[in-house]
Amino acid sequence: MTTLDRTDLSDVTRDDLSLRRFLHGLPGVDQVGAEGRAAGLATRSIKTTAKAWAIDTAITMIDLTTLEGADTPGKVRSLCAKAARPDSSDPSVPSVAAVCVYPDLVATAVAALRGTSVGVASVATAFPSGRASLDTKLHDVRDAVAAGATEIDMVIDRGAFLAGHYQQVFDEIVATKAACGSAHLKVILETGELATLDNARRASWLALLAGGDFIKTSTGKVTPAATPPVALVMLEAVRDYYALTGKQRGVKLAGGIRTSKDAVRYLVMVNEVAGEQWLDPDLFRLGASSLLNDLLLQRHKLATGSYDGPDYVTVD
Amino acid sequence: MTTKSKSTKAKPAPADDRLRVRKTYKLYIGGAFPRSESGRSYPVHSASGDLLAHAAQASRKDLRDAVVAARKAFAAWSGATAYNRGQVLYRVAEMLDGRREQFAAEVAESEGGSPAAALAQVDAAIDRWVYYAGWSDKYAQVVGGTNPVAGPYFSFSLPEPTGVVGVVAPQDSSLLGLVSVLAPVVALGNTAVVIAAEERPLPAASFAEVLATSDLPGGVVNLLTGFTAELTPWLAGHRDVNAVDLTGVAVPDRKALQIKAADNVKRVYAPAAADWSADPGISRLGAFVETKTVWHPIGV
Amino acid sequence: MAKPVLSARAKNQKHSFEYAPAPESRDIARLKPSYQIFVDGKFRDGSGEAVKTINPADEQPLAEVAEAGPADVNDAVAAARRAFDGPWSKMPGKERGKYLFRIARAIQERGRELAVLESLDNGKPIREARDVDVPVAAAHFFYYAGWADKLGYGGFGPDPRPIGVAGQIIPWNFPLLMAAWKIAPALACGNTVVLKPAETTPLSALVLAEIIAEADLPPGVVNILAGGPAIGQALVEHDDIDKIAFTGSTDVGKIIQRTLAGTPKRLSLELGGKAANIVFEDAPIDQAVEGIVNGIFFNQGQVCCAGSRLLVQESVADELIASLQRRLTTLRVGDPLDKNTDVGAINSAAQLARIRELTDSGVDEGATRWSPPCELPERGFWFAPTVFTGVSPAHRIAREEIFGPVLSVLTFRTPAEAVEKANNTPYGLSAGVWTEKGSRILSMAAQLRAGVVWANTFNRFDPSAPFGGYKESGFGREGGRHGLEAYLDH
Repeated sequence: MTTLDRTDLSDVTRDDLSLRRFLHGLPGVDQVGAEGRAAGLATRSIKTTAKAWAIDTAITMIDLTTLEGADTPGKVRSLCAKAARPDSSDPSVPSVAAVCVYPDLVATAVAALRGTSVGVASVATAFPSGRASLDTKLHDVRDAVAAGATEIDMVIDRGAFLAGHYQQVFDEIVATKAACGSAHLKVILETGELATLDNARRASWLALLAGGDFIKTSTGKVTPAATPPVALVMLEAVRDYYALTGKQRGVKLAGGIRTSKDAVRYLVMVNEVAGEQWLDPDLFRLGASSLLNDLLLQRHKLATGSYDGPDYVTVD
Repeated sequence: MTTKSKSTKAKPAPADDRLRVRKTYKLYIGGAFPRSESGRSYPVHSASGDLLAHAAQASRKDLRDAVVAARKAFAAWSGATAYNRGQVLYRVAEMLDGRREQFAAEVAESEGGSPAAALAQVDAAIDRWVYYAGWSDKYAQVVGGTNPVAGPYFSFSLPEPTGVVGVVAPQDSSLLGLVSVLAPVVALGNTAVVIAAEERPLPAASFAEVLATSDLPGGVVNLLTGFTAELTPWLAGHRDVNAVDLTGVAVPDRKALQIKAADNVKRVYAPAAADWSADPGISRLGAFVETKTVWHPIGV
Repeated sequence: MAKPVLSARAKNQKHSFEYAPAPESRDIARLKPSYQIFVDGKFRDGSGEAVKTINPADEQPLAEVAEAGPADVNDAVAAARRAFDGPWSKMPGKERGKYLFRIARAIQERGRELAVLESLDNGKPIREARDVDVPVAAAHFFYYAGWADKLGYGGFGPDPRPIGVAGQIIPWNFPLLMAAWKIAPALACGNTVVLKPAETTPLSALVLAEIIAEADLPPGVVNILAGGPAIGQALVEHDDIDKIAFTGSTDVGKIIQRTLAGTPKRLSLELGGKAANIVFEDAPIDQAVEGIVNGIFFNQGQVCCAGSRLLVQESVADELIASLQRRLTTLRVGDPLDKNTDVGAINSAAQLARIRELTDSGVDEGATRWSPPCELPERGFWFAPTVFTGVSPAHRIAREEIFGPVLSVLTFRTPAEAVEKANNTPYGLSAGVWTEKGSRILSMAAQLRAGVVWANTFNRFDPSAPFGGYKESGFGREGGRHGLEAYLDH
């Protein structure tokens, strides 16, 4: 991957007007067509060896997540144990990519995961609403990074975006990225609140232009969260951004992905829309909690040929 | 061309001594009134056998020119608003009404019969324009509509004019018949190349003057007088003609024309003999329309 | 602060997502060693030749079909006449309708079997047979079933009458679906039919005959004759046929139109096309790319309304073609029965030869040919998805219907030029328009001389939506209220 920009986009981000012109100049998204394409990809039939590969790959892409008001250190520690070794009876099951927690529990997770390959992601910036001053949001980020978070999942100011204040959204992402230091930044668009696929595309580009390492669909606190058409549009954005700049950025889908079938369908979409280079935890993540157990059940079914019940995977 | 008529007697002189100015009967192509490019004419006789005039005898090249004119006029005429077309057709009725006595006399001369019967035919012809004028902005609502498709799409179908229509006017009814076949063709936006009744062409030729003064754009109707058997093969075989109305072609002669019409998959309308005084209905309107279906997704 | 550690592991990871074969079982088709024609409510061997129908994906025989001979045509027409004069035309519409509902339901019940059979006989991907051909065929019967007792509300007078015996000749590209398009409206209107499926794809129509027999339709209402062009010709020329409905090539359509000259037989024709798919610079590009792909590679491009001419605005041509080419590299060409196959086999050796001949001419005339890398099976009739750029309107590949997975790309500068180029063809079946500007869509839709205009979509079909051509693409409509007109005496 070249470090040189293929296209200099600094003009685009010079001021609010330039940003608006660029974002509104992006090709529109026809909702029905995008839904049709997503539904078409969902008809791919992934069986046997392909399914086994997809299940293991999906496991490595999970950001195993707990984002509840009732979270405790105990809950996080058990999640971390599961993240590092999802199936205690089967060491061939890979670890997940990361755990994802609130900032105050980052230290707990870091301690629990020391010596493993599992990263620690933290939501920040007044997650999930983002309704706080920029100072407060940045403080939130610095807290999490200081506690050892390797990845920060920020939320954009959807109000500012919907009001057309693109520069404001852009500047907040830039400031958050700076506050992250070497931690990777995932930019949550909360597409359920942006409502249209046109907005999902514009917000994706805005986040990419501002330096987000990942663009992420949702907080998981708003319905709809990750949907196939939104995933399609965001994968198209990183694909096109790469074509334009030579820089590969990632996509994280979060919220509502509970079944292996859903996960495999999204891997198919990644494969056919962004390209197989994106089938990599560095470039694609699934934010989920219960998904992991379903993947384990399916993995076991493939290995043994018989179905398991929920008693054969752990409650976390 | 030699005349078959026994009598070469001209029309009777008017009561006063003034020598009348006779009309030269010409073709009507692209809004102009040319003679046949061939220079030919043929004698036209009254029902009682008197020589009425020499009509232009159109050639295949005149027909070709008429098709070119009709094609050229199609985009604007089919693209005009239905309201506008209705107004133009109504204007034709107005112009015809203003000359009803003249046409009654010409019809009586051409077809014979009583002056009252001829006048009734002219009046029916006027009313026919009024009838079709009203259809121009209603037909699409009657036959068009939305299609309740099973999916997130808005789909609708509407009638559009077929294009250039070749019309062989009925041989018996020189004005009412002509109007009855012509008006439904142009009402919905087609343009026409009409071959007038061979032996009774004069009312048609005069009627072109009405069209020329009725705000009808040049080329929308092109009217040829001449020999049906000479012209119709060229009309039926012309690949820039989209449809033909063979009303004025004798049934035994239709087959050969239908075969030619297949060269470009023409729509062929070849109805049984008609009673021109009857309610025309809408079947003639439907003979020269295409149904267009348009789809668009419904999304945000 | 630790750097994310995943990178190192990711480098070792195998990226390639190889989809394992996911074949539908051919046993589901319940193939029989031999199939018979259906005349007067009975299956019997035709008096013509017994021919083998082959799987175009591997050239292996699927089954033997006892084709009809001239005597069978006479028998079928006579049976159809008896059924018309007898029970069928006198039956109340609501009873006729119930038979059609039965057929619709039976197609749904045997949907998977029909889909696999169709894929085997035609070469089309099982995904398309399963998701389009079969469900839309069932929907067509369901739609027209409901018309049978409502014909008086169709706008054809208070008591429209059937025409009589209809001879129906259908093509090989959508064998079951085209049979449904023909039979359903004809029966709803009270006609009886003699249907001839295409010689290379008779099987699904003959299974439809089983469904019709099991639905207890009176004998002779539907007769299905497998056979070649000679049987079609005999049907067209038969004195006791009242109506011919044909879907196929424009050349054959013209022959039929000539043959019927001077007869009172009614005719409807659904013929060829060379549709323009017009992409403006403000189009939703990703959906336009999908529409282009669907437009020309659906059913291997063997679709009369295929979007075979891509007209792209010059200002976005390079970008669009690059996107299209990238997309085409993900098309999966191969085993039609594999559920992940996007592009299947060409239907016959003859069709493959025609595609090759025309694409060769494209190269000879100077257009630039491109195909995505794809491995084609050794046996069977295969043609890689192909895109020609640098095509001029004078090239044969820009004018002639190829009926294969071959796209010709032309450019335009202004809307007026797009209209002019799109309409510059003797055909007029369909067209596509891609733009986010609403008023432009309506303007283009009005100016395009084509029977179906898809705006920001392509290749949509529905029983309620009339379908048919302008100009040399034929006349008459199938689908919707308009589709009744071809089968009513009014």
